Amino acid sequence: MDISNFLAAVLTLGIFSFLYKDNPVYRACEAIFVGVSAGYWAIVFFFDNLQKKFWEGVFPPDGSAGDHLLWFGAILGVLMLFRLSSKIGWIARWPLAFIVGATAGLYMITYFVSNAMNQVADTMLSLIVVNDVTGSIIWTQTIGALVVAVGVISGLVYFFFSKEHKGVFGATAKVGIWFLMITFGASFGYTVMSRMSLLIGRMSFLFRDWLGLIG
Amino acid sequence: MRREVPLIITSIAGLVFAISFFIPLLGDAQNRFSDWVSIVQSFAVWLGLLNLTKVSLEKITRKREGWQYAILTVVSLVIMLAIGMFDGFSGLAQDPPVSYREPGTNFDWMFRYVYTPLTSTMFAMLAFFVASASYRAFRARNFEATLLLVAGFFVMGGRVPLFDLLIRWFTDYPLFNQFADWIMTYPNTAGQRAIMIGIALGIMSSSLRIILGIERSHVGGQ
Amino acid sequence: MASTIATILLILVGVSLLYIAYRTITGRPVERRIVFIYIALAVALPLFMTLPAPVQVTPDVERLYDALEELRPGSKVLVSFDYDPPSAPELQPMAVAFMKYAFKHDLRVIVMGLWPQGPQLANLAIEEAMADQEIAAKNLEYGVDYVNLGFQSGNEFVIQAMGTQFKRMFPQDDRRIPYDSIPLMANVTNFSNVDFVFNLSSGKPGTIEWVQIAVDRFGATMGAGNTAVQAPQVYPYLRAKQLHGLLGGMSGAAEFEKIVEEPGDGTTFILSQMFAHAIVILFVIIGNAAFFTERRKQE
Repeated sequence: MDISNFLAAVLTLGIFSFLYKDNPVYRACEAIFVGVSAGYWAIVFFFDNLQKKFWEGVFPPDGSAGDHLLWFGAILGVLMLFRLSSKIGWIARWPLAFIVGATAGLYMITYFVSNAMNQVADTMLSLIVVNDVTGSIIWTQTIGALVVAVGVISGLVYFFFSKEHKGVFGATAKVGIWFLMITFGASFGYTVMSRMSLLIGRMSFLFRDWLGLIG
Repeated sequence: MRREVPLIITSIAGLVFAISFFIPLLGDAQNRFSDWVSIVQSFAVWLGLLNLTKVSLEKITRKREGWQYAILTVVSLVIMLAIGMFDGFSGLAQDPPVSYREPGTNFDWMFRYVYTPLTSTMFAMLAFFVASASYRAFRARNFEATLLLVAGFFVMGGRVPLFDLLIRWFTDYPLFNQFADWIMTYPNTAGQRAIMIGIALGIMSSSLRIILGIERSHVGGQ
Repeated sequence: MASTIATILLILVGVSLLYIAYRTITGRPVERRIVFIYIALAVALPLFMTLPAPVQVTPDVERLYDALEELRPGSKVLVSFDYDPPSAPELQPMAVAFMKYAFKHDLRVIVMGLWPQGPQLANLAIEEAMADQEIAAKNLEYGVDYVNLGFQSGNEFVIQAMGTQFKRMFPQDDRRIPYDSIPLMANVTNFSNVDFVFNLSSGKPGTIEWVQIAVDRFGATMGAGNTAVQAPQVYPYLRAKQLHGLLGGMSGAAEFEKIVEEPGDGTTFILSQMFAHAIVILFVIIGNAAFFTERRKQE
């Protein structure tokens, strides 16, 4: 028997044992999972970033001039480690502030362009879709365009909480809720699909890769 | 010092990224800042690792509940780190260098036969809980919940050949597949887009508040 | 033989659901571990069955295929592996089919990852594609026909910096070959030098960040394969033509395998997927039947 697959199967069944009830085997596997995951991430970040990008960036192996501005990143990173100290842990806010600021600056623009402007632009299209060659109306796409326009506008109305949801405004918000519910239903269906896929992956490992029962 | 310096750092970093979109001359500063973000993130991962070690060792020395499992966590962490470091540095010493994640290395073996089964199975268990929740909690209590249920129903049955196989005695036309596709392409797109635009506007305003120093929770302020 | 037994067992599972329905409607719902057993059987038994599941290719998958068909031999494709092993059952079949298609059509593949596990999963996909006889006969050369740039930390900031220069974030590839010494990367400075970007994503950073920065800011042409959990969120990008095609979840993988004529795990697993959905749907129906019966009694 392949010892590697046997070990992987033991670990798989160890985690699955939780489905019966919480037990020491599951908790042991869980503890190993935490340790191995932390070790895995630390190694990848060490070699692909700290060693390859930072260290060899500052001290290139070919002897060329190093990029000493990378030191700023490392200094900020070291400051982050001060979080482990209860006395001077506040210094860790500096690198955190840098990350938060950079993310805010980047997101402000990218979300505005991609998720707001481009989406609005794509909604503000002709509601009647015509075949370029024959000139006839393509009904499926026309209805679709109408559904998208009504759904987006009513959905946005629902998210507008500065005005009480009454009268025409309230009715529009209600339609918005319906669209959101269909959206959540679709997401639920897809989530079921995703979760089942993960289980199929493990079952396939057990019966095909480990036991060899499936060709 | 404790408040002002981080606020200034936040504003400068934010402004560089926001303004460089309009002034390409700042592109180099932006790339420089991206380098630093990349390096800081690595240190953050190592901070997490050190913190996990600290918490686990405390648990072991003070014999808190489950301390035996903390030993396993520390031991597996040390083993993974040792294997990774050994493969990494010995690979670098070879000519030509060999990556620590190359097929055949010990690190790759740990990835395939220890890390993958553990992490995959942990998430695969969600399948059971989703099914159990569907049986016990997913109820058509009102019109909105019914809409959600019906949409989920048609997407689940239409995205795989399930419903279309059931109507094969009547027609070969993939009716339910097309309907599931229609739900995803139109009503789902509309709902997702409304959420997307709403979130985008929210992110823009919070980002502006952070850059201007009005939002200070990340530096320990109100 | 195994297929026949599995089919009989699955029919028995279906019939026994009638008893579950009876118990639930009469106010004695079964405990969750019984539900777990049903799900396990619904997923495992079809793996032994040889029934063909008629996969229907949807327009989103066709769009990706059409975009790929427009690429001429020698075109450079950047593939970002932004997922981890738990999502591999959905995304790895897409990755393998994509690699097979790319290698058979003489596309030059540049692999990278914004998730630490990405480059290793890329190695697995390449390994599987290379096992194909037609591809093996081509004697593809690392660094010339394909390259693995490895992982880089920084999430969306990596994409941002790559907009100016790939080399900035990947000074060496995964085998520590300097960027300038990799023949495939000779004329590749940034996104303007790659013909297509394909992103396999299961969360953040992933397709959303790639669209926001690589597509909308730097003008890349992109298609994506997403886990089913993430796929519904990216439909607005698809409609706005920010994305050229989308493979969503296991069904997306099976459809892609069908259209590129590379049947693999997606095609194999779709039967299990189908029965798992059937069981969940039946459980929802049983639960709701009990709910309405109870409500009627109370009224």
